[in-house]
Amino acid sequence: MSEAMLKIENLHARVEDAEILRGLDLEVNAGEVHAIMGPNGSGKSTLAHILAGRGEYEVTDGSVTYKGQDLLTLEPEERAHAGVFLAFQYPVEIPGVNNVYLLKAALNAKRKAQGLEEVDAVDFLSDVKQKMKLMGMDDSFLNRSVNQGFSGGEKKRNEVFQMMVLEPELCIMDETDSGLDIDALKVVARGVNEMRGPDRAIVLVTHYQRLLDHIQPDHVHVLAGGRVLKSGDKSLALELEEKGYDWVRQEEASTA
Amino acid sequence: MAANVEEFVTRRYKQGFVTDIETDTVPPGLNEDVIRLISGKKGEPEWMLEWRLEAYRHWLTMTEPHWAHVHYPPIDFQAISYYSAPKSKEQQEAEAPKSLDEVDPKLLETYDKLGIPLHEQEKLAGVAVDAVFDSVSVATTFKQKLHDAGVIFCSMSEALREYPELVRKYIGSVVPHSDNFYACMNSAVFSDGSFVFVPEGVTCPMELSTYFRINEAKTGQFERTLIVAEPGAYVSYLEGCTAPMRDENQLHAAVVELVALEDATIKYSTVQNWYPGDEEGRGGIYNFVTKRGDARGDRSKITWTQVETGSAITMKYPSCVLTGDGSVGEFYSVAVTSNYQQADTGTKMTHIGRNTRSTVVSKGISAMQGQNSYRGLIKVLPSAEGARNYTQCDSMLIGDRCGAHTFPYIEVKHPGAVVEHEASTSKVSDEQLFYCRQRGISEEDAVNMIVNGFCKDVFRELPMEFAVEAQALLGVTLEGAVG
Repeated sequence: MSEAMLKIENLHARVEDAEILRGLDLEVNAGEVHAIMGPNGSGKSTLAHILAGRGEYEVTDGSVTYKGQDLLTLEPEERAHAGVFLAFQYPVEIPGVNNVYLLKAALNAKRKAQGLEEVDAVDFLSDVKQKMKLMGMDDSFLNRSVNQGFSGGEKKRNEVFQMMVLEPELCIMDETDSGLDIDALKVVARGVNEMRGPDRAIVLVTHYQRLLDHIQPDHVHVLAGGRVLKSGDKSLALELEEKGYDWVRQEEASTA
Repeated sequence: MAANVEEFVTRRYKQGFVTDIETDTVPPGLNEDVIRLISGKKGEPEWMLEWRLEAYRHWLTMTEPHWAHVHYPPIDFQAISYYSAPKSKEQQEAEAPKSLDEVDPKLLETYDKLGIPLHEQEKLAGVAVDAVFDSVSVATTFKQKLHDAGVIFCSMSEALREYPELVRKYIGSVVPHSDNFYACMNSAVFSDGSFVFVPEGVTCPMELSTYFRINEAKTGQFERTLIVAEPGAYVSYLEGCTAPMRDENQLHAAVVELVALEDATIKYSTVQNWYPGDEEGRGGIYNFVTKRGDARGDRSKITWTQVETGSAITMKYPSCVLTGDGSVGEFYSVAVTSNYQQADTGTKMTHIGRNTRSTVVSKGISAMQGQNSYRGLIKVLPSAEGARNYTQCDSMLIGDRCGAHTFPYIEVKHPGAVVEHEASTSKVSDEQLFYCRQRGISEEDAVNMIVNGFCKDVFRELPMEFAVEAQALLGVTLEGAVG
């Protein structure tokens, strides 16, 4: 077994004066799907943003190694070029910037960093159209501005769609299931399942178990107080669903 | 007061003017003799000289305007030289850089970023280029094609010699010589400019560009342009160039007049990229231009589209007088101020005819310490039954040291008029930048993309090639504005 794709050790991080992550450890191998669950304020989203390189968070201790590289020293765009993708919980609107234009620029920036030629326009469009179809998006989407006027569900679908086009190796999905009705949830899950593969790892950050009915995780981790409190398989998620997060907090209190 | 100024002017004249009369550049200062000299050198008709003199006498009674939201040290109008004869070819060659090696590398870097071909770079930088690369041959074919269509496109000086009656009929009919301080000064001393005449029913077969006009360089600081479209005619005119040109004049006070008769359309597009001064705010051009179009005929249409990224100080309000019934005026503008640039710009739409319509879309972008003001007047006269206006005025801020200001004026004298004004101010947010960077796009490219998205409504109005260049230009202008 080669080294883990993503290895997080003793990660401590703060935003302004608040310490949010307090010694988090996590290993993710290629081909795996991990679910990170936890109550509000446990540090789930913070972890997702730190992996993507968001500037507001200050890492005070610990390390993150991605494919043998120190991930924390890379700029956000360099992480993207190296195959890290974050599906945002609240994708931002960019008025006047065409969806497909952004996506093509993103893909070409990555290809350039890899020393590849720009993508062929015709190939790109046919790939885009095929993936849009899979995500149940119609052609009008091609000419709309990035996330502008999108419904909550459309924004989430767009994130998964972008992920499919950019084909990252490490997909981090920050509460992609929140605010989705059951039909939209199924579409999003279909997209994510489509992405599963031996060379790719997927980290699902979620509050609820229901996404995991549609995407079978290999590992489930429960976060509390900025650390991984408990790890297990799919059954852990079901246990959480049944007992609620209070159960976690009690366990946390008893081990503290 | 006026007498004192005149006295002062005369004194300057006595001090050293006469002995220099044979030289190519008159000594600094402005007086009637300087104006006579300008007119004489150009071989103008007598009426033109009289018109200039009238303008000058009126100018003496005027005071410099200070209402704009811009700040600059006082201009000494007597320290400016108002006439510089076109230099001979030998002189030009002697002064010009011999090759691109002698040109400021920073300028060349900008050309490269704008994707300007090498031989054009040489032309723009003023390199004494080989005749093969000169645009003369291009311009000649161009002229022939226009001639066949009956379109007149020449310098103002040439027009005054070849078509004096046409010029006389229209010059000053949109911007009278007494209009405002700078327009009045221009009327007295204007150096050269363009004249366009499109006869009845003719659609001009190509976009007219100042770039193609022979001897376009060195038209000087007081340009005067007149475009006339006869009934049913159509013309699209492109002014300027995305590349920064060499320019030694600090004060530019141009006048542009457009006349559209029945069912005629004039589209006037500008890309202005004059020297904005350095990072510390030193130097840079003052651009105080008066641009106005008269949609004189019924159902005529005038469209101003501008992308302004240059100049240190800009005061500019391309306007439309909607005289004809059913006439249409449009103004689409992108104005960028970065470093210490200041811009006070906008438009005036004056509705006179019935069922006149106007659209104003203004996008102001401020970065670094730039100050950007939109100033617009929508005026509906009692005669303008059924007038409609829509104004959209958006500001974008990059960083936290710049400023955006909006000064809209609305004067409605007809109860049935519909005037809409929408305004917004936004910031290039950290969230937007992070989103783009997470997708792999560099910060600089992300800013470009977001700003270009913001300006899309205006770029759409530009002729295709110009639009592409304008986007690249915006990128160069905002370089280093973030991070």
